[in-house]
Amino acid sequence: MIDSALIGWSRAQFALTAAYHWIFVPLTLGLAVIMAVMETIYFVRKDEFWKKTAQFWMKLFGINFAVGIATGLILEFEFGTNWSNYSWFVGDIFGAPLAIEGILAFFMEATFVAVMFFGWNKVSRGFHLASTWLTGIGAAISAFWILVANGWMQHPVGMEFNPDTVRNEMVDFWAVALNPVAIVKFFHSVLSGWMTGAIFTIGVACWYLLRGRETKFALASIKVASIVGIVGTLAVMFTGDKSGVHIAEYQPMKLAAAEGLEDGGERAPFSIVPGIEVPGMLSILATHDIDGYVPGINDILDGYTDSEGVRHLSAEEKIYKGKTALKAFRVYRKIKDSAPNAAAEVKKVFDENKEYFGYGYIQDREDLVPPVPLIYWSFRVMVGLGSFLLLLMCVVLFFSWKGRVKDMKWLQWVALLSIPLVYLAGQAGWIVAEVGRQPWAIQDLLPVSAAISNLSVGAVKTTFFIFVAVFTAFLAIELSIMFKAIKKGPEVEENR
Amino acid sequence: MFTYEFLQNYWWFIISLLGGLLVLLMFVQGANSMILLVGATEREKQLMVNSTGRKWEFTFTTLVTFGGAFFASFPLFYSTSFGGAYWVWVLILITFVFQAVSYEFQNKTGNLIGKTAFRIFLTINGFLAPLLVGTAVGTFFSGSPFTVDKAAAGDSLSPVISTWDSPWHGLEAVANPWNVGFGLMVLTLAICLGILYMLNNIDDESLAKKLRAHLLVFGIAFVVMFLNSVFWLLTKSGFAVDADGRVFIEQYKYLHNFLAMPWVLATFIVGTVLVLAGLVWTLACRKFRRGIWLSGAGTVLAVMSVFLVAGLNGTSYYPSVTDLQSSLTLANSCSSEFTLRTMAYVSIAIPFVLAYIVYAWRAMDRKSLTSQELEETDHKY
Repeated sequence: MIDSALIGWSRAQFALTAAYHWIFVPLTLGLAVIMAVMETIYFVRKDEFWKKTAQFWMKLFGINFAVGIATGLILEFEFGTNWSNYSWFVGDIFGAPLAIEGILAFFMEATFVAVMFFGWNKVSRGFHLASTWLTGIGAAISAFWILVANGWMQHPVGMEFNPDTVRNEMVDFWAVALNPVAIVKFFHSVLSGWMTGAIFTIGVACWYLLRGRETKFALASIKVASIVGIVGTLAVMFTGDKSGVHIAEYQPMKLAAAEGLEDGGERAPFSIVPGIEVPGMLSILATHDIDGYVPGINDILDGYTDSEGVRHLSAEEKIYKGKTALKAFRVYRKIKDSAPNAAAEVKKVFDENKEYFGYGYIQDREDLVPPVPLIYWSFRVMVGLGSFLLLLMCVVLFFSWKGRVKDMKWLQWVALLSIPLVYLAGQAGWIVAEVGRQPWAIQDLLPVSAAISNLSVGAVKTTFFIFVAVFTAFLAIELSIMFKAIKKGPEVEENR
Repeated sequence: MFTYEFLQNYWWFIISLLGGLLVLLMFVQGANSMILLVGATEREKQLMVNSTGRKWEFTFTTLVTFGGAFFASFPLFYSTSFGGAYWVWVLILITFVFQAVSYEFQNKTGNLIGKTAFRIFLTINGFLAPLLVGTAVGTFFSGSPFTVDKAAAGDSLSPVISTWDSPWHGLEAVANPWNVGFGLMVLTLAICLGILYMLNNIDDESLAKKLRAHLLVFGIAFVVMFLNSVFWLLTKSGFAVDADGRVFIEQYKYLHNFLAMPWVLATFIVGTVLVLAGLVWTLACRKFRRGIWLSGAGTVLAVMSVFLVAGLNGTSYYPSVTDLQSSLTLANSCSSEFTLRTMAYVSIAIPFVLAYIVYAWRAMDRKSLTSQELEETDHKY
């Protein structure tokens, strides 16, 4: 019998690692583009000012980069150490993108990041510029493959369950790699990194303006960053909208939880905050049709018929079918060698119910509902902050174009104070995506309770606190070094 | 021609090759274990840190790729070993985590705990990572206590299929001195490689002199540990698999494997000769700086052939000592034919990856690292 505390601590450990990882990764993705654009300007104009400007942001990039690698290593291996059943049950599909990520992306990043840092006086300007871009492209390719893996967890496609090997097996690689959920997730996540990089750059630049130093450098950085940031944010919003439609279709419970929607229906309202609703808006967002049917939490548990007339089973029916599939599986395993004919009959029962196999591990229908308040508020934090940050970047770009940012103290303060907000938005987004999927490790296929490693609670608790201490210490050191480096400032000549 | 069985063997070959490359790239760890032992002055320590500081990401990336490739091709190993030998893997990971940040942080103002602390982290990773990885690989021959029951997935309350049968969760491997001997062999090899790498990469007379003195000591230690492990492998009984997939104990199994696969034996011998040639030549000739090329290439060949002996020719590569039939074989732990085939196509990219790595390294390493360069460069550790 699996201890529920073991599930809790294992989830906590994975969440901790993923959350820390996502502090460092978005800045890597975003700064990579910003500094590559700056170096491109240097390459075209041959102006030392732009070289020094790019180099300063590369320095901050480097401070941030290492901790991202460290937390990423732990994440990859935690699938094995803490989610061993998961690793076997879906490893046939899930392992592939991880391996491809290593072969195609990490080596590219590792090779060219070294040229970028150490190659200024060793390789030609063109080779160096290419290396800077390839570092960023490598990071983006790596993000693609890991999000293919995550997209598959949200919407598993391209596989079949094989009762003989007791696992899901890949039957269509392109369905996995080009899974629409994964593609949208890739753009949504990577471009949110552009937002992070942009807000970070603008905020730091505004700190220099507030101090009245490095003015030319700061204004130039703001221009590049706000353009990258606005492009990124618009794309994040567009893919966010697509993502909403996907969630409505493939993960209706996540959507209901994100909206706190107990009972759904047609013309479902969108809740802005509790008490303030826009009528019909949720139906529009989720189905792109004001009369579209959006099921609430109770509808999903009790069973419902959607606007296309498809009946969705109730929780009890799904669990019943799941238990039937599990039972058929057990019998099949026992008699498949001794009584092949009877086994074939049992296999039929299994095949009829295998769609709900994962529900066989669910003990109680209440377990199918994720923690609503956390998801509801995380969603609002993500969307609210995202909208605010887009507005901020538009304002900054407008006044930067007008040449007035230098004198607008209030705007500089707002930009500086917005740096933590962009991180908050990113974390909130992942909480919606991952906590919103609970109790599933893989949507409808494998609940976390069946995905786990058989360890003692004490062991996982111990490693959890070790990781808390280590990651937090690294974050503190990273911030301290970052602040010192920013205080020291870039080595640009201001009056040329 | 590309049957399921062929693909399993092919992927074991890739895993073996990655294993060989990983041990070679642990020259980074080997070099780091020498920072505090050899580096007397700040200048020397800084040279050593910066020398591996431009390569460490490849070791890291190879480790991650090794894990990813193992996951994709033999997922039952991933789930059984990582989830079971928990403490060994967690320890290895933690030392690497400390290493990853230490380069960037050690020489920066504001790093809170000071330069020396980070160099100690690098040193700890330098010693522990090769030792632990080597010890873990030792269990590929000595076996581990675990049970795999795939039917358990049908139990809705307790569906975990892999169970570790020792409460020590991996630490019990240390109780077998042969495993530890294997670990010490990998450690001393990594140190030798690290020294050879620094002799090649750093242009500094006084440091080179000390490094050569240490090479003599650790070279002898390596040869002793190497002979110890080879003796163990060639005389021990092993875990064989019959045509029906049943595992049984066979005397001299690994010796038989070498003899049954002459090309593996030849690879092993060539690899060993190259490793020793690199060491001896470097020690005998003071002007000779290219030992890393000989010993490095030899390491890849020798380690690869040891992995091949562990898994090919009807051998269980990850045996269980508590339930013989739970032992992992290529056939019972691998991915589906479709996935192995798909990943085989992906593996065609590996030569291209190696090609651009070599191209970039050549561009960067045209000149050896000197103190003068470190003084002039903006970005240093």
